[in-house]
Amino acid sequence: QGKFTLLRDTRTDGSFLVHHFLSFYLRAGCKVCFVALLQSFSHYSIVAQKLGVSLAAAKERGQLVFLEGLNSCLDLLFGEEEQPGQPSPLQFLSGSSSELRAFFDFVRVSLAPADGDSWKGPVLLVDDLSVLLSLGAAPVAVLDFIHYCRVSVCCQLKGNVVVLVHSNEDAEDEENELVVNSLCHHSDLILWAEGLATGFCKDVHGQIKIIKRLSLRQAEPDLVQIYQYKIQERNVSFFARGLSAAVL
Amino acid sequence: LVFTEEDKYGLYSNLLFKYFLAEGIVCGHDLFVASAKEHPDNILKELPAPLLDDTYGKELGDEAAAVKSEDFQDSMKIAWRYQNLPKMEASPTTYTKFGHYYDVSKKMSPELCQSVKWHSFYLHEELSLEPKMKTCNMNSGYARLLQFIQRIISQEGFDGSDPQKKQRNVLRIGIQSLGSILWGDDVCCSDTPEDPHSLTKFLYVLRGLLRKSLSACIITVPAHLIQNKAIMERVTNLSDMVVGLESFIGSERETNPLYKDYHGLVHVRQIPRLNSLICDVSDTKDLAFRLKRKLFTIERLHLPPDLSDTVSRASKQDLAGSAKLLSSGCGAMAIGKKHLDF
Repeated sequence: QGKFTLLRDTRTDGSFLVHHFLSFYLRAGCKVCFVALLQSFSHYSIVAQKLGVSLAAAKERGQLVFLEGLNSCLDLLFGEEEQPGQPSPLQFLSGSSSELRAFFDFVRVSLAPADGDSWKGPVLLVDDLSVLLSLGAAPVAVLDFIHYCRVSVCCQLKGNVVVLVHSNEDAEDEENELVVNSLCHHSDLILWAEGLATGFCKDVHGQIKIIKRLSLRQAEPDLVQIYQYKIQERNVSFFARGLSAAVL
Repeated sequence: LVFTEEDKYGLYSNLLFKYFLAEGIVCGHDLFVASAKEHPDNILKELPAPLLDDTYGKELGDEAAAVKSEDFQDSMKIAWRYQNLPKMEASPTTYTKFGHYYDVSKKMSPELCQSVKWHSFYLHEELSLEPKMKTCNMNSGYARLLQFIQRIISQEGFDGSDPQKKQRNVLRIGIQSLGSILWGDDVCCSDTPEDPHSLTKFLYVLRGLLRKSLSACIITVPAHLIQNKAIMERVTNLSDMVVGLESFIGSERETNPLYKDYHGLVHVRQIPRLNSLICDVSDTKDLAFRLKRKLFTIERLHLPPDLSDTVSRASKQDLAGSAKLLSSGCGAMAIGKKHLDF
């Protein structure tokens, strides 16, 4: 409850973690606000079906609020003039301000508890935050947005926030690194997916580092665990380093 | 969204671009060609002629694993693209008959070209019109192109908006040399461009348009001119498939005896991962291309046997260096052939 989880990937695609969390929280009965900036609804829907969850049904019963970034962007650019009472969440694209206030309002409204809601804690899931930088949002604006989300979702509503970012030190993307490093300091749990240092392998797709913050007050070191994983059609299998099924 | 990094002189990426369009014509898809460099009419006149002859396959004979990876076939009614990853079979009889073969030495006949509906966008002709959409601080050339594409998609019903249209077709979009100075974007000229977000915003909106309609798009970009690595990284994240072509012209590899059979390397930096948790990762990532008189092929990189000490040492370092650069997807590449150390 009230946890901020950061999903981070470097030189590999960590979106399998997003799919996992999405189906996990939906199955647990939480109300989920999913901000999907990079892929369309059908993509997630099809994968979720493989994992045993129906996104369309969840949407219908009000458990899932899905923001399809690509769609909203098109509506904003090519659609008719928006109604004054309902600003588009991606309003920062039109360039007037680089603040993500409208975006945050959208999140806040979607996760606000409504009457007759029987869902357990609210969850905000974002895939992925680095896209906001590509679209012209300032890094500080992105950090502010996350901060507001944390206050609203984690502290006030006692929910969880899970955010995916890409990071790659070689790319020299300072803005992105700034956002990622800052978020790392604020996270309770970091899941870091990376490609193997030794190179490409068919049986082991990468390694995942799990960094758990034990306590903010005492100077306890974070708990770090490293596993390797292989992604399959409907499942991801994790195993200790060097113990992949292909080797044993 | 297929993102192609152009090779230095643009020769081979142009070829790939033309293949994509030619395949569209042969499959009966509608075409949309946009360019700021040469008039789309000229591009269309120079498409390679299709080889409708099956016996051509036999001509390739005992060569190892010649494959067609530039056939981008669309799957039925969905807006995404599935890339036919090169199948590395040893025997030529197991070709996957996916797409068509083309003869580079011949031009496509004008009748065949006219058989599909095509739209063109030549930047310099369109500059006079005013964009009607909110430009969102995007470069005006890009904004106009997006508006044009969106108009075509909705007018011709590629987004399913017209329920009366019985036969749904696919729109193949080809955009040449995006990001070059001709589009009014200085991302290729300086390390800190004036508007670093134009290109990425453009790609995001384009991605949205593609996802919402039955279209596929190939973009070629002079990536070797973009010095800002951050932008390249962001652009890679926004595309479904990223392929880089590195030609040997003018580099020291041209005379390197290891690469004598090839004209360049193909770097597959990203493969689409759509509608599933994983993507179909091929066995090897060492790919090279060569342009023969009639055929452009992409093959697995085969190194000739080591005959001398010096050759192997130079190549090892070379390949190790390039292997580091090719980290993508599932980590760095494994070298195709092992060198035995004596």
